[in-house]
Amino acid sequence: MKAKHQRLVLALIAVIALVGAGVLAAWALRSQASFFYLPADYAANPPEAGRAVRLGGMVEKGSIKTAADGVTINFVIYDDKARVPVTFKGIVPDLFVEGSGAVAEGRRQPDGTFVADNVLAKHDENYVPREMKDMTTEQARQAIEETK
Amino acid sequence: MHGFANPARFLRLARWLTPLLLVTGLVLTGITLTWALLAAPAERLQGDSAKILFVHVPAAWLGMGGWSALAIASLTELVWRHPLAAIGARAIALPGAFFAALCLATGSLWGRPAWGTWWVWDGRLTSMLVLLFLYLAYMALAEAADRDGGNGSGQSRIPAIFGLVGAINIPIIHYSVLWWNSLHQPPSIAVGKSAMAPVFLYGLLAASLGFSLIFGGVVLARMRAILANAQAEARLRRKAMELEDA
Repeated sequence: MKAKHQRLVLALIAVIALVGAGVLAAWALRSQASFFYLPADYAANPPEAGRAVRLGGMVEKGSIKTAADGVTINFVIYDDKARVPVTFKGIVPDLFVEGSGAVAEGRRQPDGTFVADNVLAKHDENYVPREMKDMTTEQARQAIEETK
Repeated sequence: MHGFANPARFLRLARWLTPLLLVTGLVLTGITLTWALLAAPAERLQGDSAKILFVHVPAAWLGMGGWSALAIASLTELVWRHPLAAIGARAIALPGAFFAALCLATGSLWGRPAWGTWWVWDGRLTSMLVLLFLYLAYMALAEAADRDGGNGSGQSRIPAIFGLVGAINIPIIHYSVLWWNSLHQPPSIAVGKSAMAPVFLYGLLAASLGFSLIFGGVVLARMRAILANAQAEARLRRKAMELEDA
């Protein structure tokens, strides 16, 4: 075995070990490194009331209600397993709309509802020109497929 | 491959390739970005602010691609001891850091209208910030190693080892949005499929090609500069020795 082959094998073993270690570490961090709780985790394993957490999921259609004071809104964040009612007082980003993703930063209340200090909108990976704005996301996705 | 490891042949090739890459890259990027600003359609939900993707996404790809190339050059340096590999890795670090920083800056500007925040400690954003710090650390390390062991001639293997070890961050950046719940959306484009309308996709591909050509041109120019520096220093050393002898 020539010296350079020996170095190649050593370097490759080092790279494989490194990647393995990195992937294992990332995998172990799976829950801690997540930016937010999903409604399912939140319902199954509720965080203690009053601790600052983030809750992320979809905003339920028809659930956004503005309270009588005009600045407080109530809405429901849900996934396929659970739904959590959220109260927020303040200004929401433009992309915060029913049927799309959102992340609420705040605290669980003793009654199980969630009071948010801040609301972030999460947008999806679809990019569609405005001419197609009357379509639903699903129709737009199909239109993209057909023109390819 | 061994043919290109010959510095003289590399310099002959780089002499005409450098301006060619820089000029075509600048023209293509200029045309694409002008089109993006003036003629590209607004996005359905985000409006005009989504047009920043024509800078943000190529910058992210080049930031990550830059470190991938740096890691391959480092591996080549460690295994085959090619002197040009060490120089190539050093030349990549600065434009790589620039594009990583550009990605973070444009992402922050985009995050404010789209998400409602400039910055969050989300998996994708944090791992990209780590990439920028890795570039800065690599540059400092290479500088220090070369001061000890002679300019870029690869006396010290430490920068190359660091370049290889740092590559672990690249898959972490890529998979951060798939492994962890993140505020950043998953990738729109994968091999063979796209969740982007063709008008955005082709614009993005043109912008990426333009930025990549600029990146390549800058790397070649920097490699030529490092080689010229080494040559000048060798000549000075030789002169000094002749003077001592005389």
